Amino acid sequence: MRQSDLKLDGNAIAGLLREIFTMEMTNAESTCAGCGKVHAVGRVDVYLNAPGVVVRCPACEQVLMRIVRGRGRYWIDLTGTRCLEFKE
Amino acid sequence: MARAAVLGRLTWQLGEVAELIQETPRVSSLVLDVPDWPGHLAGQHVDVRLTAEDGYQAQRSYSIASAPESAQVTLTVERLPDGEVSPYLVGELRTGEKVELRGPIGGYFVWRAGDERPLLLIGGGSGIVPLMAMIRHHAATAAAAPVRLLYSSRSIEDVIYKDELARLTADDTGLAVAHTLTRSQPAGWEGYSRRIDGEMVAEVAWPKKDAPAVFICGPTAFVETASSLLVESGYDPAWIRTERFGATGG
Repeated sequence: MRQSDLKLDGNAIAGLLREIFTMEMTNAESTCAGCGKVHAVGRVDVYLNAPGVVVRCPACEQVLMRIVRGRGRYWIDLTGTRCLEFKE
Repeated sequence: MARAAVLGRLTWQLGEVAELIQETPRVSSLVLDVPDWPGHLAGQHVDVRLTAEDGYQAQRSYSIASAPESAQVTLTVERLPDGEVSPYLVGELRTGEKVELRGPIGGYFVWRAGDERPLLLIGGGSGIVPLMAMIRHHAATAAAAPVRLLYSSRSIEDVIYKDELARLTADDTGLAVAHTLTRSQPAGWEGYSRRIDGEMVAEVAWPKKDAPAVFICGPTAFVETASSLLVESGYDPAWIRTERFGATGG
């Protein structure tokens, strides 16, 4: 199996993001801190086969988010996301 | 039903299997009664969770196949032999039993009947499922938008919702369906017999001057091929929404 076959999209983590943000997040827009491109969260690349979830920019492949859940806690690294914009 | 996409914390709830429908040798639909279902939008999914006796849990996402207008929630599930969840849902689960689920989830890959742009749906394999929710929503609301579906399956036996799609096409609901069968074709087959390509897309897709709404769902490679072909033909990427299944899942 190639790595490209394991690529999902933000729809696959809609439930997880809803747990964290208590909002529907796939329509949110994320700005990549690397290339500055803006994508709907539903459109970004998602890999679930890593320890935790890795979210990458579909334009430049930089890591946008890393999310790990375990032992009753979440760890969320948003270093690669400059801005997340969504409706109230 | 208009309250769909409700905000707030997602909670797990139980749905009772009212009916099981075998769609193809590997695919079944689970018709569920879910008390207090808040309603959903066409294209949304649910998360399903199984818990083993020792407490081990496995969770997967499944698209909702039923229209928002339906009182029950139908999930159509493909049985993946090495999967952790789908072999239980397709094969072991019986009518009257309960499954744990949460939803509806998602807001990006969603179509509403009020959208009057011509609709182009492209599905590969079980990627048809959320598109079927859109087709059923379209039929239930007698929506104005004309719909074209390009549906790729391996063989005629693998075509999910075959009879219903034929019926909706014959009923003149504004739906046109183009099938392609990539591995084997029955005698006298009149549809396409190959993987999706530029010529097929040019024949089936709306002309770009119509500025259609496009939803593509299927395995990752299929989705990327289909969306690239459309963009190469002049479609604005902003018209296209995609949902990829990947090769994992199960």
